[in-house]
Amino acid sequence: MSGAELLSVAAFIEGRHAQAFPSFGSERMGAPVMAFCRIDDKEIRLREPVLEPDALIIQDATLLHQVDLFNGLPARGVVLINSAKSLDEMGLGGLAQGFQQYRVYPVPATDLALKHVGRAVPNVPLLAAFAAVTGVIGLASLERAIGEKFPASIAERNVAAARAAFEAAKSAKETISA
Amino acid sequence: MLKQTEGSHAVAEAVALCRPQVICAYPITPQTHIVEGLGEMVKSGELTGCEFINVESEFAALSVAIGASAAGARTYTATSSQGLLFMAEAVYNAAGLGLPIVMTIGNRAIGAPINIWNDHSDSMSMRDAGWIQLFAETNQEALDLHIQAFRLAEDLSCPVMVCMDGFILTHAYDRVDVPTQAQVDAFLPPYQPRQILDPSDPVSIGAMVGPEAFTEVRYLQHHKQLRALGLIPQLAADFAKEFRRDSGGLIRTYRTEGAETIVVALGSVNGTIQEVVDEMRAEGNAIGSVSICSFRPFPLAVLREALCNARRVVVLEKCLAVGMGGIVSDGVRKSLSGIVLNGYTVIAGLGGRAITRTSLRKLFEDAQRDELEQVTFLDLDADLVSFELERESRVRRTGPTAEALLRRIGTVASRIG
Amino acid sequence: MENQLIKFYQTGTFTVGNRLLSEEQRSVQADMHRTNSLNSGHRACQGCGEALGARYAIDAAMRATQNQLIAVNATGCLEVFSTPYPETSWQIPWIHSLFGNAAAVASGVAAAQRALGRKRVRVIAQGGDGGTTDIGFGCLSGMFERNDDVLYICYDNEAYMNTGVQRSSATPPAARTATTPAVGPSPGNVFGTGKNVPRIAMAHRIPYVATASVSNLRDLEAKVTYAMTIEGARYVHILVPCPLGWGTAPEDTIKIARLAVESGLFPLFEAHHGRVTSRTPIRRQVPVTDYLKPQKRFAHLFGKTPDTERIARVQAMAEANIAEYALLD
Repeated sequence: MSGAELLSVAAFIEGRHAQAFPSFGSERMGAPVMAFCRIDDKEIRLREPVLEPDALIIQDATLLHQVDLFNGLPARGVVLINSAKSLDEMGLGGLAQGFQQYRVYPVPATDLALKHVGRAVPNVPLLAAFAAVTGVIGLASLERAIGEKFPASIAERNVAAARAAFEAAKSAKETISA
Repeated sequence: MLKQTEGSHAVAEAVALCRPQVICAYPITPQTHIVEGLGEMVKSGELTGCEFINVESEFAALSVAIGASAAGARTYTATSSQGLLFMAEAVYNAAGLGLPIVMTIGNRAIGAPINIWNDHSDSMSMRDAGWIQLFAETNQEALDLHIQAFRLAEDLSCPVMVCMDGFILTHAYDRVDVPTQAQVDAFLPPYQPRQILDPSDPVSIGAMVGPEAFTEVRYLQHHKQLRALGLIPQLAADFAKEFRRDSGGLIRTYRTEGAETIVVALGSVNGTIQEVVDEMRAEGNAIGSVSICSFRPFPLAVLREALCNARRVVVLEKCLAVGMGGIVSDGVRKSLSGIVLNGYTVIAGLGGRAITRTSLRKLFEDAQRDELEQVTFLDLDADLVSFELERESRVRRTGPTAEALLRRIGTVASRIG
Repeated sequence: MENQLIKFYQTGTFTVGNRLLSEEQRSVQADMHRTNSLNSGHRACQGCGEALGARYAIDAAMRATQNQLIAVNATGCLEVFSTPYPETSWQIPWIHSLFGNAAAVASGVAAAQRALGRKRVRVIAQGGDGGTTDIGFGCLSGMFERNDDVLYICYDNEAYMNTGVQRSSATPPAARTATTPAVGPSPGNVFGTGKNVPRIAMAHRIPYVATASVSNLRDLEAKVTYAMTIEGARYVHILVPCPLGWGTAPEDTIKIARLAVESGLFPLFEAHHGRVTSRTPIRRQVPVTDYLKPQKRFAHLFGKTPDTERIARVQAMAEANIAEYALLD
């Protein structure tokens, strides 16, 4: 299940409408893929790709310098990047200071996933961080979504990863805002 | 019950609720998740009384369905694009034999060039085969239409295609309301065949019919679809009563009262169109839209009623009559026979190109000023086209066209817009 | 399956009389209560081998299933001559869909019987060589591979007869057809081409494969009857001479079919799960020329300067079969 889909389930659990879909690119493993999620309180009729995201979640940081990921991101847009490095170490120090003033948060999602789940699947920690930073979904909803969509043993470990990521992102957010 | 689920899975659940007896499956993107979902339900025992058969081609898939349906079983299959073409002979055969098979089309473009993304060329290729063709606007409607389709097919003894946009709907996670088994059972009674292969009462099905009766057989098929024009709205009304929501019907109008400009389209793009209509209405523009759900039978009368007072009609279609222009616009034009207004054909979304609010906004504004060509290819890359035409005029050995274009713009599917 | 071999020295035609056989082994055709599944009044040519084969095969299958049978027919001679609108000569439930999908349609009919809980109703798919070996090949293989409970009967007259005698992958080498004319340096069908569908059926390891000929109708009935005792995919391939397409006299159909068998060109055998389990030995071997000469489709091999080279190659094919299936004791 993709991150976008899981996000949509969490939003559904909160009684909201959500639409998640892939960018319909190549189906092979290892190819760059994009997925979108729209969340609203009323029925979502729009069927175009998300061209002006409020938030961008980058699961694979190696894409940063290959594809123009920030295309369409508005000023003050939120960016979560799966990386254990700092922004400066990634060469993105200028982003937050730039005229767009993106709010960029590195999240060591793969590391967290390896630690709590035992597999390098960064989806859940990234979503948890997203919840912490934006409040668009609550951690409890994410945990319920995980419970519904993953088999029991894996769900438990993912919830642990989510909690860890949520806490880490919350304190990081406070640091950046300060 | 409300669920957040993939469109394909919603359809699989709907089909399962209809108590199918034989399902045959051959994989093709983007419908595969539907048959996989149903296969799993049968294998796990969740769906009982149903035979699930993995066949060796789409031609075999519909052929198996023909045999099963003729033997009295409620039968279902799904396909897209190339698969629909591969079973084309059987598509005509099923309609000609009057077998109430229900088939999902996960709408996808037809090659060459090979393309797995959405457009309506596949369904359009079979528009005159005698099947009823219903187009879903949302995943909820896709789910609902399958339930209506079985009843429609069996009432009329006519096969029904439920068309849903590949990827855009099939692979999108949406919130849907999945009915209960009791609700579906109340709406859809067990299949009572008009003809059946039964040793206790033998019949010969599939005779050769010569000039003495072929026209009459075809006329009766046509007549069946004309009857469907009355049956489809009736079914939608019955459905609304039982399931408490609007789904299906012949067409759906959106803010067409007093509209000077009306946009007509099929399928999921209507959602985006409605967003743009709202935007423009808020700014005082007299614009509305019509979504055609039943493409076959083509709703000439109700379409005429919906469009006759407009000053201009823009038909936005995800298909192309190569060498002529629009396919849907042909039908729309026919419905407006004798009425003078400006008609525009817009070919959009071919091969999965995204249809954006921005592009539509500009398009509708151009339409309002009557500054549109008769036929417009939305978001056409004119430079790319000129480049290729110029190259072709210079050189004989130009190599494959598609590859040349791709080389010029970048990799496959690197841009969806 | 028991074979009771009886030799009638008096008549010299090896015909077996019913009164010397047990009830179950008697020909269905002698039974007053036979179904006449393919009833008289059909429009087949005089001497049509397919009409003969179909009548025997389907009536045998009806007896074997207590009349619980549904037939699926491919497009072709049998379908066309048996259902001249508005008449039908079929007295059993019968469906014709398309040229290439009889096997798949039959799979669907069989699946419906399971879904509807009709355990006793069995399904036969039937077609000519064109609909079986060529255009229907994909669906046939699919049905075999799934081991669907269908008996597929191929009536092999070695060309697309209904459309005017065009070559199929069952057309034997050297035979003249409309698309392999008897002209040029290599007249007739090309050597080294063609499909052996019984062997291909065996390669799928289906429960039962058999070849049969209208020259031995008792054997044909026995094989079909036996096939109906088995569940799963079964294949029976019947040689049915076509007087029109082969250029033989209508009254010689059975004789020609016998010569095909006795020359070794059409071996009669049975196979289970991919292995040959029995074969009918040749009583009196005849040279292939005895078989080829009466057929106008091979006329170009004979005449003032016989094509000894090609005739020898055909003979070699017969010898190869004889060796392969041990047809001479």
